[in-house]
Amino acid sequence: MLTLLFDGIAYGMLLFVLACGLVITLGLMNFVNLAHGSFAMAGGYITVILVNRQGIPFFAALPLAFLASALIGVIFERALYAHVYAKSHLDQVLFTIGLVFMSVAAVDYTMGSQQQFIKLPETLQGQFHVFGVGIGKYRLLIIVLCGILTIALQFILARTRFGSRLRAAVDDPRVARGMGINVNAVFSITFAVGSGLAGLGGALGAEILGLDPLFPLKFMIYFLIVVTVGGTSSITGAFLASLLLGIADVAGKYYVPKFGAFVIYTIMIVVLIWRPQGLFTRTSAR
Amino acid sequence: MSNLLPTSVSQQLADRARWRPLEFVFWLAALASVFLLPDRHLILTEIAILALFALSLDLILGYAGVISLGHAAYFGFGAYVAGLLAKYWIAEPVVGLIVGGLAAIVLGFVTSFLVLRGSDLTRIMVTLGVSLILREIANQAAWLTGGADGLQGITMGPILGLFEFDIAGHVSYAYSLIILFILFLFARRVVQSPFGLSLLSLKGNPLRSSAIGINVNWRLIAIYSVAAGFAGVAGALLAQTQSFASLDLFSFDRSADILLVLIIGGTGYLYGGMIGAIIFKLMQDWLANLTPQYWEFWIGLVLVLIVLIGRERMFALTAPIRNWIDRSGTRLWPRTGVPAGE
Repeated sequence: MLTLLFDGIAYGMLLFVLACGLVITLGLMNFVNLAHGSFAMAGGYITVILVNRQGIPFFAALPLAFLASALIGVIFERALYAHVYAKSHLDQVLFTIGLVFMSVAAVDYTMGSQQQFIKLPETLQGQFHVFGVGIGKYRLLIIVLCGILTIALQFILARTRFGSRLRAAVDDPRVARGMGINVNAVFSITFAVGSGLAGLGGALGAEILGLDPLFPLKFMIYFLIVVTVGGTSSITGAFLASLLLGIADVAGKYYVPKFGAFVIYTIMIVVLIWRPQGLFTRTSAR
Repeated sequence: MSNLLPTSVSQQLADRARWRPLEFVFWLAALASVFLLPDRHLILTEIAILALFALSLDLILGYAGVISLGHAAYFGFGAYVAGLLAKYWIAEPVVGLIVGGLAAIVLGFVTSFLVLRGSDLTRIMVTLGVSLILREIANQAAWLTGGADGLQGITMGPILGLFEFDIAGHVSYAYSLIILFILFLFARRVVQSPFGLSLLSLKGNPLRSSAIGINVNWRLIAIYSVAAGFAGVAGALLAQTQSFASLDLFSFDRSADILLVLIIGGTGYLYGGMIGAIIFKLMQDWLANLTPQYWEFWIGLVLVLIVLIGRERMFALTAPIRNWIDRSGTRLWPRTGVPAGE
């Protein structure tokens, strides 16, 4: 029972790291980016190549996956996304679906359609028991890493100069520009960090979520639920929503395996009827 | 109704609703294809069904401005209902179409309450979620639907007891085209009516529309249900002409494809879906021959390019032709000239 809770928390934390970039681009910048999962997939495949083919240690590969995905994010943001910010939501949806299809086919072409596994170091395998609760080492690592990231993110957004610049740029880009904030650079950096985090999530999650070319399509709905259930005004909401979703999904698949897949949709529908703007929201939605 | 409206207004409405010569040309060409392209009837059937599906999406996207990423839900639902009906109870196709369409309308009505809520983002998520839920139900209820193997063993009876389906698809093409035409007439009547105009106004600005006395929610519910019914009929047609229904009908790819079909043809005028269906199917055929496994890459590229070039600008390319048509007094396009986005 507690082991299940533990797994659920690990799963939720993972979802949060995967989705928090989306919370920022979608929630703060009001840009519908359905291709977010593609960046996560990029991170996952980069780790697979680094660890399995190049023999780089897992722990060294994680930061590399983050950096590489962030780099891909910046390139895409500057080259393509920047032209689409001002367009309608329909255009943004079409554009990012197009990117998803391209990434799926491209990965299928280069890496094959089979599921990929990352060779984990010995120290991360197996589990140990604390007061009778089985704790998987790998899942513990995920919780610790993601926990640190969450706190750091919250700190950056709420307390640092960059965080306030970002919030200003989002609230009113024109005025922010007038105050001397380089809005484009702020958006670029934010997008890069968001993509990097997704890549890191993809790398960490390959073991738990599975990694194949259809990854961006499979988890699109999860990301969207995290963002909408959490509300788009803060990352705390998304964090709590991820935890709720992770625990519910794991518990649902364990207790009622036949209906496990319906649990998250039920949550989605209930939340939507109960609080259309998301569970945790302070301001009204845009 | 007309004697309640001032003459000038009803005159304007009648003007909008008048048949233009080019429309006759379009449908005569469609009719001619029945006789002139007999060995192409299989792909033409698919095009007709795709066109009907796109027409249904146009009703909610082009006219009411609702972005849906899960329109395949109603398509698949209609297909399964029609398929099950034919397999276990009534093999007559027209009854199957009606039942499939009505079932999809009911589903559309129920789910429309979820779609009404929230912003574009929530709508995207809900529509996607609904199609995934239906897919999962069809997958789990394997005793009824055949699960991942698909619904097999459908044997269709002759249409109205008279016309038997043939292997070359002549009957199914004529049948699909007739259904498409009938539903097109219905859709045309709907969008030319005051109700259709009110949809355009609430797409433009929901707040102001409600200020002038339009009940925004009920109109959205109504058009969403009707569109779902159209999609259901399209799905039922597919299940009947192919004698098969699979989980793939609910897939995200299908919802995304139909969005692309509509975008290629242009949103907000009823012919967009049909023109888009023709172009899309020919393109898909050609791409699938070039790269059988990876044709989705090119579909994605087309989407990206369309957005980057800009739908308005692409539409502007055809401006000289449209102006020429306008001058000859046969306007087929909406007056604004720019496809209504969002």
